[in-house]
Amino acid sequence: MEIFGIPIQALFGQLLIGLINGSFYALLSLGLAVIFGLLNIINFTHGAQYMLGAFCSYLLLNKLGVGYWWSLLIAPIIVGASGMLIERLMLARLYKLDHLYGLLLTFGLALIIQGLFRNEFGSSGLPYRVPAELTGGQNLGFMFLPNYRGWVVVTSLVVCLVTWYVIERTKLGAYLRAATENPQLVQAFGINVPRMITLTYGFGVALAAFAGVMAAPIYQVNPLMGADLIIVVFAVVVIGGMGSIMGAIVTGFGLGIIEGLTKVFYPEASNTVIFIIMAIVLLVKPAGLFGTQK
Amino acid sequence: MKIRQVLRSSIAAAAVALAWPAAQAQISDGVIKIGVLSDMSSLYTDISGRGSELAARMAVEDFGAARKGMKVEIVSADHQNKPDVGSQIANQWYDVDKVDAIVDLPTSSVALAVNEITRKKGKALLVSGAATSDLTGKACSPNTIHWTYDTWMLANGTGNAIVKTGGDSWFFLTADYAFGHALERDTEAVVQKNGGKVLGKVRHPLNTQDFSSFLLQAQASKAKIVGLANAGGDTTNAIKQAAEFGIVRRGQNLAGLLVFISDVHSLGLQTAQGLIFTETFYWDMNDQTRAFAKRFAPANRGIQPTMVHAGVYSAVLHYLKAIESSKTDDGSKVIAEMKRLPTDDPLFGKGSIRADGRKIHPAYLVEVKKPAESKGPWDYHKIRATIPAEEAFRPMDQGGCPMVK
Repeated sequence: MEIFGIPIQALFGQLLIGLINGSFYALLSLGLAVIFGLLNIINFTHGAQYMLGAFCSYLLLNKLGVGYWWSLLIAPIIVGASGMLIERLMLARLYKLDHLYGLLLTFGLALIIQGLFRNEFGSSGLPYRVPAELTGGQNLGFMFLPNYRGWVVVTSLVVCLVTWYVIERTKLGAYLRAATENPQLVQAFGINVPRMITLTYGFGVALAAFAGVMAAPIYQVNPLMGADLIIVVFAVVVIGGMGSIMGAIVTGFGLGIIEGLTKVFYPEASNTVIFIIMAIVLLVKPAGLFGTQK
Repeated sequence: MKIRQVLRSSIAAAAVALAWPAAQAQISDGVIKIGVLSDMSSLYTDISGRGSELAARMAVEDFGAARKGMKVEIVSADHQNKPDVGSQIANQWYDVDKVDAIVDLPTSSVALAVNEITRKKGKALLVSGAATSDLTGKACSPNTIHWTYDTWMLANGTGNAIVKTGGDSWFFLTADYAFGHALERDTEAVVQKNGGKVLGKVRHPLNTQDFSSFLLQAQASKAKIVGLANAGGDTTNAIKQAAEFGIVRRGQNLAGLLVFISDVHSLGLQTAQGLIFTETFYWDMNDQTRAFAKRFAPANRGIQPTMVHAGVYSAVLHYLKAIESSKTDDGSKVIAEMKRLPTDDPLFGKGSIRADGRKIHPAYLVEVKKPAESKGPWDYHKIRATIPAEEAFRPMDQGGCPMVK
């Protein structure tokens, strides 16, 4: 059986691969959405922080002998902590100003971090092996699925859904959302709003670093690995609706699949298709698919 | 004693002062200015980049420019792999900054653009980084020399060897710009000439992170060989992910058509072992190349010279020799002189430059060592075959270069 001249089996394979790439988009756009939703900061350092996550796991392995599984926990904590430092020292001064200032600051930081790492580590990337427990793969009939890729999809789905649940369905999440709406009032209830905001930023950054650790074994650990990705992920957030948690997750996975299909039907356009969709969505529904007009 | 010393040095100074105007009569502004135009910030940085600038400086030093009373200045810039940025820098350099020659130029699309600008302005262009064989084919120019390697040579070296050992059906993963297209075209011709077939191809955007979708298509084609007509980060990502998807384990083989030693280093021998490709320079080939590498690597973040770096060194050295003998830095005249003089340098040995601008030297078919065979960092390649200079590059009458008709 064939669909548009592509055997249906091959199509299944491509859909699955799209889903895997979508996992990274979802994890990254989720972090961006959390930060934007609760801090009103467009965090352009996100790509660099994703890269930091990958480098952190590389350095942990090669300097300290710490393997993949511990890195999955330690790297997000280290990078998240560095994020909190940035929030305290720099971003906290910008909340009263226009969005543009936050964007410029985070974009500048990203360029500086990437430049420093490029000077130190060059541009060809560093090797990082798939952990021994996840090497090999499964023959699904229509394709060979490396175990590690399967792990990526499942883990990122779990992380995304847990994050969504915490923010939308728990008391902690309610505080967070309330603090965005009216910080003075929430503070009057005895909640330390600035600290909550710092922790939220740290969490968003930790998500980026987590995605970076997940990416290290499949992509080269490279100072510029986040530079192009951040633009795509930003488009994902815009399509999903700025600040919408569910929107970021659903569009992340969805666009991964659409991009995957483009790679079969017209590969030349595979890195532009997301921006075409973004343009169309902005024309039809300026607040994004899941966003609400404020 | 002292008087004699003073006397001696003043005689020497006078001699230089006398010799200077004579030798420099034709040198514009008395300075030979060489611009290293390269990728300083993106995926081709380790292949060329700052290392190319370093190689150019080493060539000036080894030539003994200062001793010979020649004033040589090196400048550098980042073309970001964008033809518009590269063209703008080239125009600025030639028109305002009085640059006499541009060297290196990784990224074929940028090289082709600067090739035209250089021809119009009668300057000199020494290409080491770019690969497209069009530079000595339909785009050949009396102002350009293509130094280190080209797509025809890569295709001929690697393609021939692979088809002859049974790899007769191919699927291409091609970088979607001038270089990838040229490499794919030249390799396809070699495959077909040897009786092989091309079963399919897919064009991916430059700087692609995820190749799994393309690899799956390659797998479905059932071709024996997956040819990687790309370079740098694209190649390493593709090789790494091919290992993950078990391409080789399931009976297909990879052909890296353009692989640099820095790529092998970045992949690690575990992943890269067994890979076969063609290059024109390996740092551990003989005493002279080792001596060069020993000086080069410490100044280049420990990275050993790639063939592009070696090419920049060799090209700048020969360029200065030609200026010395022709006593001019006029682009067209120097290039003509470079073609007339035989080349000889520590890295590529003796060679020559053809009328179409192609520099001729041997090429080497290499195989990446197994981890157990490697004696230490950067001990990566073993040379399987040497392709003599006369056979390594496309015969001049087949390129379609208008200058040689």
